[in-house]
Parts: sequence; C-alpha cells; structure tokens
Amino acid sequence: MAAVDINLSGQITAGFARKRLMAFAVPGVILLYLLYTAVAFDLAGLAQRARMDNAAILLSDFWTHKTHITRDNRNGAVSAAIEGESKGAYPPGEFPYWVTIAGDVTTIDLGTGHIVTYDAAGARMIVPGYGTIDIRPDGNRLVLSAPKPLPGWINASDTRIAVTTPAGRFNYTRSKVETFKYQAGWELFFFTLDSPFARKGPLELLNLAAWGDRVDPDRSNIGYMVSEFWTNKMWRHSDVFWALFETILMAFLGTMGAAIIALPLGFLAASNFNPLAPLRFAFRRVFDFIRGVDGLIWTIILSRAFGPGPMTGALAILITDTGSFGKMFSEALENIDEKQVEGVRSTGANSLLRARFGVIPQVTPVLISQVLYYLESNTRSATVIGAIVGGGIGLLLTQAIQTQKDWEEVAYYMTLIVLMVMAMDTLSGWLRRKLIKGS
Amino acid sequence: MVDIAFGPERGKRPDTANLQDTYLEMVRRKRMYGGILLALFIATMASGWILADSRNAGGFWNGILNVFEFPSEVVAEAWEKRAAIPALFVKHMPSLIETLNIAAVATLLGGLAAMALSLLATRGLARWPTMIPVFRRSMDALRAIPEIVIALVLIYILGGGPVPAVIAIALHTGGALGKLFSEVAENADLKPVEGLQSVGANWTQRMWLGVIPQVAPNWLSYALLRFEINVRASAILGFVGEGGIGYDLKLAMQWGQGRYDQVVAIFLLLFFAIVVIDRTSDYFRNRLVKGR
Repeated sequence: MAAVDINLSGQITAGFARKRLMAFAVPGVILLYLLYTAVAFDLAGLAQRARMDNAAILLSDFWTHKTHITRDNRNGAVSAAIEGESKGAYPPGEFPYWVTIAGDVTTIDLGTGHIVTYDAAGARMIVPGYGTIDIRPDGNRLVLSAPKPLPGWINASDTRIAVTTPAGRFNYTRSKVETFKYQAGWELFFFTLDSPFARKGPLELLNLAAWGDRVDPDRSNIGYMVSEFWTNKMWRHSDVFWALFETILMAFLGTMGAAIIALPLGFLAASNFNPLAPLRFAFRRVFDFIRGVDGLIWTIILSRAFGPGPMTGALAILITDTGSFGKMFSEALENIDEKQVEGVRSTGANSLLRARFGVIPQVTPVLISQVLYYLESNTRSATVIGAIVGGGIGLLLTQAIQTQKDWEEVAYYMTLIVLMVMAMDTLSGWLRRKLIKGS
Repeated sequence: MVDIAFGPERGKRPDTANLQDTYLEMVRRKRMYGGILLALFIATMASGWILADSRNAGGFWNGILNVFEFPSEVVAEAWEKRAAIPALFVKHMPSLIETLNIAAVATLLGGLAAMALSLLATRGLARWPTMIPVFRRSMDALRAIPEIVIALVLIYILGGGPVPAVIAIALHTGGALGKLFSEVAENADLKPVEGLQSVGANWTQRMWLGVIPQVAPNWLSYALLRFEINVRASAILGFVGEGGIGYDLKLAMQWGQGRYDQVVAIFLLLFFAIVVIDRTSDYFRNRLVKGR
C-alpha cells in the first residue's frame, strides 16, 4: 500500500510541478511573442510617425462643419461657402448672420471675442488675451504686426500668414484672405442652400409642410421637400441609399445563391448519400480548394472578368461561400438520424422522396441557422468586397477617406454601416427564432 | 358522456368523422404557403440578380466567357518564368509572416479582451451584475463595426503599416469571441466557483481558478477558429490598406503584365498558408473539443 501511495504522491507532485511550469511558461511565451511583434511592427517608429494633429482634425470634423468667408484680394469680392465647396456656396450677396458687411469693411465674429476684419488696408484679427494681429500687403510681400514674441499658432512667411485659434482659422495670402469658422453639426444635411427650404427650423418646415402655401405651385410642399432632400448635392442621399442597398443585395444574392448551389453538392459529398468514394473525395477537395483560395483572390479574379459593380461582389461571395456551405452541409447530412429515412423507405419511396421527406426536415434547422449566420457576416464582408470590386457603401467609404477632406461624410457612412450591420443582425436573429423554433 | 380524449368542452373537438379531409386540407394549405414563399424567394433572387447585373460595369454573359481569360494569361506568363518562382517565394515570405503576425497578435489581444468582456457579461459570473447589459451591448457594437472602417481611419492617423490592421481586427475579434466565450461560460458548472468563494477567494481568483479551467478547451477552440478567419481578414486588409501579403499582391496586380509570376507566387503562398492553418487548427480543435 505504502508503495502505491509514494507512487501516487510522486505523480501528483510532478503534476503540480508541470502545472506551475505551464502557468509561468504560457504567459511568458505570449509576452515574448508580443515583444517580438512589437519590434517587428516597429512600434517605436510608429509613435513618431503617428499624426495626432490628423486625429484632432478627424475628431472635430466628425461632428462639425466649417464655413469659409473668402475675399478675393484682386477684386475685393467677398463670398461665403460651407466647406469651401461650390455645392455649399451661399447665393451672392447673402452671408451667415455672424458676418456683417458695410462698404469695404467685412466684420466676422468668430465668437468668444475673436473678431476678424477685412478692409481696404488689409485684414486684422483680434484674439482676446493676446492682442491684434494686423496684416497688410506691401508690394509683393505681406507685413505682419503682432505682439512679440510670435506664438506657435501663428505661422508667418513673406507670402502666407496662417493663424489657428480654437474659435477658427485665418489665412492671408496675396491672392486671397480666408476665415474658417467651425460650428457643430452636419450643415446642409437636409437641404442645400440653393433649395427654398434651406436654413429653416424644424417648426417652420413642419408648418410649411402641413399648412403653408405651395412653394412650387406644381407639387405639394412635402413632395418637394422629399425630392430636395433626396437630390441633396452635398450629402447625395440617393447615392448613399443605393450604395447601402447594393451592399445588402451583394450579401443576400451571394449567400442565398451559395446555399442553393451547395445543397445538392452537399448530398454528393456526404458518405451516406453518395456511395462512390472517389466522387465524394473529389467534391470534398473542390470545397477545400474553394475555401483555401480565399475570398480576396476570387474577388480579384472575378472583378477582372465582370468589371466593377455589385454583381461581381455577389459572385465573389457566392463562390467563397459555396465551399464553406458545401463542407458544412455535407457534415450536417452525415449526422442525420437514419431512422426517419428508413421509415420513409418502408413506404416504398424512391431516393428523391426519401431525401425530401426523410432528410430535409431534419437538416433544415441546421441549414437555415448557418445560412442566416453567414448572411449577417456577409453584410460586413460585402462592405470590404465592395471596396475592392468598386460597389456599394464600401466604395463610398474608401473614396471619402482617400480624399481626406470630408470627414463628416466618413462619419456619416460609418454610422450607416454600423446601423446596417446591426439591422441585419437583428433581422437574421429574428428570422432564426421564427423559422427554427416555429414560434 | 364526456370524451376525455378531447377535453370537456364541446364544440372545440376536431371533426373525427372527416379526419382525413381535415388533414388533407391542412397539408394543402401548408403546401400553398410553401409554394407562395418559394415563388416569392425565386422572384426576389431573379430580380436581384437582374438588378445587380444592370448596375455592374460589365454584363454577366460577357464576363462569364472571360472568366478564365485573366487566370490563364497569368498562369501562362508565370509558367514561362517558372524558374523564378521559388526565389519569389523567399522574397515574399516576410510579407506572409507579417500577415500571419497581424492575425496572431490581433487574435491574442482580441481574445484577452474577449475573456474579460465575456466573464463580465455572463449571468451568474459577472463582477457587477447590473452592468451586464452594458458589456453585452458594447460587444455587439464591437462586432458590428467592419474591420475596414477602423483600419482606414487608423491608417490616416497612424500612417501605413501593420498596426492599424492589428487594432481593427483585434477590436472586431474582441466582440465576436466575447459573444461565443460568454455562451460557453454560461454553461460552466458554478460549484467550483462557490467552493472558492467559501474559502474567501476574490472575483479574479474565482474566475481564474474556478471558471477558466472548465471553459479553456472550448475557448481555445473558438480562438483557433477565429485565427483562421483573421488570417483571411488580414490578407484582405493588406489589399485595401497597407502591409502584409495583401499589399504585395495589390502592387503586383497594379503593375499587371510582366509581374504575373509574382502574382502567382503570392497566390500560392497565401493558398498554402491558409490550407495549412485550416488543417492544423481543425486537428487541434477536434482534439480540444472531443478529447484526445
């Protein structure tokens, strides 16, 4: 007995020692690996390359817009435009309420005491707590007079002077002088300035829609509003809607098409339905090949043949998922209960009827839940695939990011994508419950 | 006499005389509904494909004839330069390793975040039970954001390189694994946790010693599956953004003719890497979940 006990305690001690070793070794190995990747990914260099000013621009641009007040120094004409775009330009002679024009003198109130004045001599900006920055052209150069020493937020050279304050930015060059005022909100989200409904409050609009006289005698105010919103040139709501629809369409067509193709193939690859082992083996390898080649490569090959657009994306999803579905369906078919098939066989049913009444009812819940799961994950994939094949919201997003200009549009697209994915999540969860539990 | 088989109420009894008719009527109705649903589904699919085709730059029938044109062109050029391909394998190996590293680090970091999130969001285990909905919703939000959105924004801030991809994939992994982990943890036996509580263990100790050993095999299996998915995601992100084998592929593709040997070498590298990883992780997952 004693011998057994010694043996046992030896085993247990050894077991503990091994466990203790593991408890230290596993985190140690993970830590070492992370250290190696930190070096491989050049984390130290990244800290230097990181553009925190870009991050600041991005974060403020996500929820603000800026209005440009520009004076052309050659002819003295002053104009106002949102984001400096012609689509967002104020009609000539009209200005936001914080701009006053009296003859040659333009006064811009940037808020918190920051005041910019353009006049015939040049331009000046009053910064509270600092003083007055005065700029006037002298021949070919610009003369700056401001309290010394110049702070870091004034960037001055002979040809260009830029002032950046929390209230707004101010740029003077020989050809023009510009002031940017930042304000919260996505301006012109509903109507652009050339629309008769621009710059009206919600109550005013409601009033117009419900009781007001027709702005356009040919159609109702509500119809006019919807069409003005739909054709908004700044935010392009109709294009965005179509892009979202295309993305969902890609995911739907791809997933459902793959499921339809993979179902018969799954029967051919399942050992209890296809007695020919070589054929089974061939189908399995085809599935493995399709899955192994990966969606990225299929997407590239297909976009060469079919050109950019939603159908290419749908076909790419279809091909990739045929491989996954084929494998999963054949596994589900191999795990069925043979008793029901036997029961159907005893009534003299042929193989097609046996599959229809003995097999399909058993595997439907598994199949549907997998197809729905893929549908929801493909909505996300379709965003990425759209960026590669050139269709859907993914394309709009990558374009908006690459121009590095309209970050509020990026924020808008991001919000829409997240909402779309969440809606598909909810829809597929709801369908799964309805169809499988039958409640 | 009350017919107890159908309950005491009169009027609600099935019509036993016409049992067969009633049954056939039900079957007919069911088939009709099924038929209508099927017709609707077919109509949706057909119109969907037609719409997608009309919004595509190249038509379907045009494209289907050219589907093999590009691959055959690529393969033909690569076949001519086949002697150079082994050297290209070596050349692109570092990019492949970078892609795998991105996936591995993202899976590790995301997995660690998912461990914490899932325990905090599981009923019966949570540290702060009132906060469960908060952690659940935050996991949902992490899952909902596609990787490409975060990656592209981070590329703007951090510049190119692998780090934006790591962060993007890790965030998504945290949400996706967190949900799966918490489903596993829900089924964990609470007796060890109670035992530990009775000897005065704090929450971290209870989780580490009472729950983690129970769920570790299933968690590891899910994490391996996620690693497979993340390798593919990291290749795609490389193609859209910067870094890894996806970026090499994009450069070679943009060059076009003359570099198709590179394209083939990268295709093959990626293909074999994915197959090997799938196979290995399949094997280990089977061992983990079904026992050795």
